[in-house]
Amino acid sequence: MTDSKYFTTTKKGEIFELKAELNSDKKEKKKEAVKKVIASMTVGKDVSALFPDVVNCMQTDNLELKKLVYLYLMNYAKSQPDMAIMAVNTFVKDCEDPNPLIRALAVRTMGCIRVDKITEYLCEPLRKCLKDEDPYVRKTAAVCVAKLHDINAQLVEDQGFLDTLKDLISDSNPMVVANAVAALSEIAESHPNSNLLDLNPQTINKLLTALNECTEWGQIFILDCLANYTPRDDRESQSICERVTPRLSHANSAVVLSAVKVLMKFMEMLPKDLDYYGTLLKKLAPPLVTLLSAEPELQYVALRNINLIVQKRPEILKHEMKVFFVKYNDPIYVKLEKLDIMIRLASQANIAQVLAELKEYATEVDVDFVRKAVRAIGRCAIKVEQSAERCVSTLLDLIQTKVNYVVQEAIVVIKDIFRKYPNKYESVIATLCENLDSLDEPEARAAMIWIVGEYAERIDNADELLESFLEGFHDESTQVQLQLLTAIVKLFLKKPTETQELVQQVLSLATQDSDNPDLRDRGYIYWRLLSTDPVAAKEVVLAEKPLISEETDLIEPTLLEELICHIGTLASVYHKPPSAFVEGSRGVQHKRLPARAGSGESTDSPDVSQSVGGATEAAPTVIPSQGDLLGDLLNLDLAPPAAGPTVPPSMQLGAMDLLGGGLDSLLGGDIGGSPAMGAGLGSTPAVMPTSLGAPPVVGGGLGDLFDLGGSVGMPAGAYVPPKSVWLPAMKAKGLEISGTFARRSGVIQMELSLTNKAMSVMTDFAIQFNRNSFGLAPAGPLQVLTPLSPNQTIEVSLPLSTSGPVMKMEPLNNLQVAVKNNIDVFYFSCQYPISLLFVEDGKMERQVFLATWKDIPNDNEAQFVIKDCHLNSDAASSKLQGSNIFTIAKRTVDNQDMLYQSIKLTNGIWVLTELRVQGGNPSYTLSVKCRASEVSQFVYQCYELVLKN
Amino acid sequence: MSASAVFVLDLKGKVLICRNYKGDVDMSEIDHFFPLLMQQEEEGLISPVISHGSVHFLWIKHSNLYLVATTNKNSNASLVYAFLYKLVEVFTEYFKELEEESIQDNFVVVYELLDELMDFGFPQTTDSKILQEYITQEGNKLEVAKSKVPTTVTNAVSWRSEGIKYKKNEVFIDVIESINVLVNANGSVMSSDIVGSIKLKTMLSGMPELRLGLNDRVLFALTGRDKGKTVTMEDVKFHQCVRLSRFESDRTISFIPPDGESELMSYRINTHVKPLIWIESVIEKFSHSRVEIMVKAKGQFKKQSVANNVEVRVPVPSDADSPKFKTSTGHAKYVPEKNLVVWTIKSFPGGKEFLMRAHFGLPSVENDEMEGKPPITVKFEIPYFTVSGIQVRYMKIIEKSGYQALPWVRYITQSGDYQLRTN
Repeated sequence: MTDSKYFTTTKKGEIFELKAELNSDKKEKKKEAVKKVIASMTVGKDVSALFPDVVNCMQTDNLELKKLVYLYLMNYAKSQPDMAIMAVNTFVKDCEDPNPLIRALAVRTMGCIRVDKITEYLCEPLRKCLKDEDPYVRKTAAVCVAKLHDINAQLVEDQGFLDTLKDLISDSNPMVVANAVAALSEIAESHPNSNLLDLNPQTINKLLTALNECTEWGQIFILDCLANYTPRDDRESQSICERVTPRLSHANSAVVLSAVKVLMKFMEMLPKDLDYYGTLLKKLAPPLVTLLSAEPELQYVALRNINLIVQKRPEILKHEMKVFFVKYNDPIYVKLEKLDIMIRLASQANIAQVLAELKEYATEVDVDFVRKAVRAIGRCAIKVEQSAERCVSTLLDLIQTKVNYVVQEAIVVIKDIFRKYPNKYESVIATLCENLDSLDEPEARAAMIWIVGEYAERIDNADELLESFLEGFHDESTQVQLQLLTAIVKLFLKKPTETQELVQQVLSLATQDSDNPDLRDRGYIYWRLLSTDPVAAKEVVLAEKPLISEETDLIEPTLLEELICHIGTLASVYHKPPSAFVEGSRGVQHKRLPARAGSGESTDSPDVSQSVGGATEAAPTVIPSQGDLLGDLLNLDLAPPAAGPTVPPSMQLGAMDLLGGGLDSLLGGDIGGSPAMGAGLGSTPAVMPTSLGAPPVVGGGLGDLFDLGGSVGMPAGAYVPPKSVWLPAMKAKGLEISGTFARRSGVIQMELSLTNKAMSVMTDFAIQFNRNSFGLAPAGPLQVLTPLSPNQTIEVSLPLSTSGPVMKMEPLNNLQVAVKNNIDVFYFSCQYPISLLFVEDGKMERQVFLATWKDIPNDNEAQFVIKDCHLNSDAASSKLQGSNIFTIAKRTVDNQDMLYQSIKLTNGIWVLTELRVQGGNPSYTLSVKCRASEVSQFVYQCYELVLKN
Repeated sequence: MSASAVFVLDLKGKVLICRNYKGDVDMSEIDHFFPLLMQQEEEGLISPVISHGSVHFLWIKHSNLYLVATTNKNSNASLVYAFLYKLVEVFTEYFKELEEESIQDNFVVVYELLDELMDFGFPQTTDSKILQEYITQEGNKLEVAKSKVPTTVTNAVSWRSEGIKYKKNEVFIDVIESINVLVNANGSVMSSDIVGSIKLKTMLSGMPELRLGLNDRVLFALTGRDKGKTVTMEDVKFHQCVRLSRFESDRTISFIPPDGESELMSYRINTHVKPLIWIESVIEKFSHSRVEIMVKAKGQFKKQSVANNVEVRVPVPSDADSPKFKTSTGHAKYVPEKNLVVWTIKSFPGGKEFLMRAHFGLPSVENDEMEGKPPITVKFEIPYFTVSGIQVRYMKIIEKSGYQALPWVRYITQSGDYQLRTN
């Protein structure tokens, strides 16, 4: 006999019948009726009309029936809040039932009924259940606190449930501990500043003990919670790692990944020369490899995470290439991810095998996979120089297959190979030209045109080839049109006699017949260049091209760090920060890896920035992305090689403001440039040719862009505001405190004047700070060695550290201070200039700056006007440098200087700014971009302070 | 943290049953799942995570069902998938088969299980043996049995109940090694490894303490003995009953076993394995006329061993017809729905070599569609033998009542992912 019979009837008047059955005296009939109701509910019929009748069945000693009624309640209580109250009594009664199963069931269900009126009644039973003698009830009650908090946070706090929940972390039963941790983590996630999970070495120890005893799921809760902890030093970090590593042998993949997360994060703090560091690295590889034998979905999560791990610590898996070889029956999403990792791991040692595999894949049938495989071959050529020749011949073999999309992909990557190894493989051009007609994808057409233009002098019929494209000029995509324009101009510069007609034709097509502003503008620039100064034109258009980088699609280092902190989660699968896809998480602090301990304070910065992800070691050089106008002008318009689908969309957005304004004004006067001009600016090439002797028109905008030219003067030293009174004497029984903050050679100081305006001597001074936004804390005791006599003033300088407890303050730079003396304790609050927190190594690499600027969403950009400032840009730059605001690049357009500056805060947050200084105009414009946009306003205040004093 | 709600859908995307755990994602969001999945399938780019607005669907497929979890947070994705697979495991143990019919036939128990397995998105007790002690299918018998929570649920030993009794105390140990091989078309072994698994069938009374001794190289190195052959295990994974920190410190595998059948541990060995059954193949395709296939299989293992139930699966073009076979042993069969020739050899002694020839006709009008190049796959089973040479040296069984118990050990080597690419 099965339950399916309950689904069968759909008669009219069914509800009516059910009502009668529900009210039947016979227990068995009642139960059958409830089952029918639930069956109807399951298939989506509305049975809410039966609410009172079903609730009437609630008082029963039949557990199965009770569960069904509870289920019904959970579904319909919200639509019938008034009637739901009817159920409260039974719930309260059930919470005291002698059977723990029923007590737990009642408290679990009550928490799921999201009706305000009911929650009030829930408090008392919940309180009892949290202290229940049976661990099954306690573990259920622990979760119920999180449920209740979700409905009414205030109530939970008022009732003191949070404290009870914290106490459960010390419970004797591991399952209760695990659920308490889970509930607390959940609550803490929605209240990021609540400091709920106040993790200290004692609680950590309790968690690590429970880790050995609780269920697999409990282990995940605990590991995920541990990952949020920052150990005090490398020793603590190591001891936690030692106790977490056994989890790598757990059969559950999710436990393994959560353990990997903790280890990857805490490893950051271990000195690299430590033996244990090496041991740990070795221990990580086997479990990561084993994850690849899990179910395909888990494999996918593992692979996405391995992709991050390989970028962060390539040494872990460098010998494991083989396990990423693609199997015929792998799902496509696994295949594509494996391929991605194969390219990352490719090296001279394994390149032969990798190439053999890639060639195999390129003959598969799955189009997306094949395309990616072909691109991968090109990537190998660029990455491993020794293999370039073999890669090229492999690609030529593939072109011979004449499979349309294979040929097109191959041509796109061969173009990159030409870029990387100029004058080496041009012999293949003839073969490529044979395939000209079969190219129907814009990217491949553009690549082919680029090749023809670039090597025009070696291709006899280059003019004919290009001319053939010109016929359908207006039907081509913008990418192809732009490329064709440039290629013909190149051709003209190389063979001026035969191609004059052609170049005129294309210029007129581009400038007169096209309504695409990018195309028109580029056409005009070439036109003007060619007509005014052909020599300069040659220097610009045929300039030497910067090298292209070996790695592609590298994740920007700060994002990579954040993602490492989210191993195993959706963020790590999407390769996006949680704030990008979780609503309401904008204000949430971005997770960061801890800084390496032992290497000293934040002052000796090079080491810190190095430990941060080995970021600087492998600093990615960004390849100019598609449609990059600046690049285009210099004829580097290459699409990024292998721009796979993995690039998060956010990376491609933005940054148009970075250069947009400049180009507008550059072109504005001459040809009435359109406002859309800047729109094509994706990113900027990594290296600008220094030999760029651009003609005056263009020069202002482009040449100066990265001309740092020693414009950074002598550092002027940080500005220290004058002291102000923080605590008036009348509020502090005669003690007056005035003070200010200073940052001197990397040390933050609070400078205080203590004046005794009372009649008696003051002694026993001490100082303490409340938690604050940046963890400022006294680094030592307040040094008032002699008693302070009446009318005496003493100057004290208190060094501060930034390793104190963190709590977000309002305003952000508020500091609450308590000063004690022999008389009393006094409280006051003061605000510090945020420039205090600007560290000395805040100078960002140029490429990183560009990548980061792009990556920060435009929503996070804030603009401010600084009025009445009469410094010129160089003076401003050197003044700012004194306060650790570093100028990365400067450029001048139309008498307007733009300074691109970076700042790093003590807690590792980067702030990027653009400062526009217009000659003769005392108003500066400041644009601030930062992931934590709330600091922008304070950064602006610092600029004001520094520039005007 | 993990799932907001869990849904079970049929093949047409209709919700069969669901459970809302957190209430922060509208339950009607699931309506977007199936159309999005269909769209992905059409584009040939399916993904295990699908998002719609701020809602993310994490899904798996099992027989004719989709199991889908929704979330709008940065959930632990690996936990969600592991949980969905756990659901499949629990349901399968309850209903034998998990499919559309079994969900409908047992909806009351399914609801009960969903309630017990996860609370507010946090997975709870998922051990089906323990669950079966208090959530049973026959409602009528329940009253007595179900009336209390087994203490096991919240015990540190959450996988074994107290008071188990057997007349004869025995434990059966199966050591099963699966060979994964990937061979290139030119005959070179691209990758190979061994995935071993030690399975237990425990029939022991009370709360026995077990200790398993293997010829583990690391252990031997630790204890300083170097007699006989040892095995280096690359990575070991254990059932939750094994004390991991103990293993980490002194390589001792100590545990209180779950009752009945369970997988105690699995391991991976990365050594280069000689493919036990070597295949050489020549597949000649004469367009518009015929395909000729010649396959030679060779047993590259000890003469005294015998591989059983050997199946060599050779791909053929989808438009092939009129098959003809000739084999030196076993028999070959054409399986048109899978585009395969399956050559079966019941018993394949070590060192022997066999041959199979096949001939297919091809239509004169060629199929336009590109076909992939599926590899030849091989299935086999060799009893009384492990490739790695792993051995159970002892199984100590200690129970406070002091009974004598017998351990039985069996070794099997079988094919895992065994692929040979063709030209």
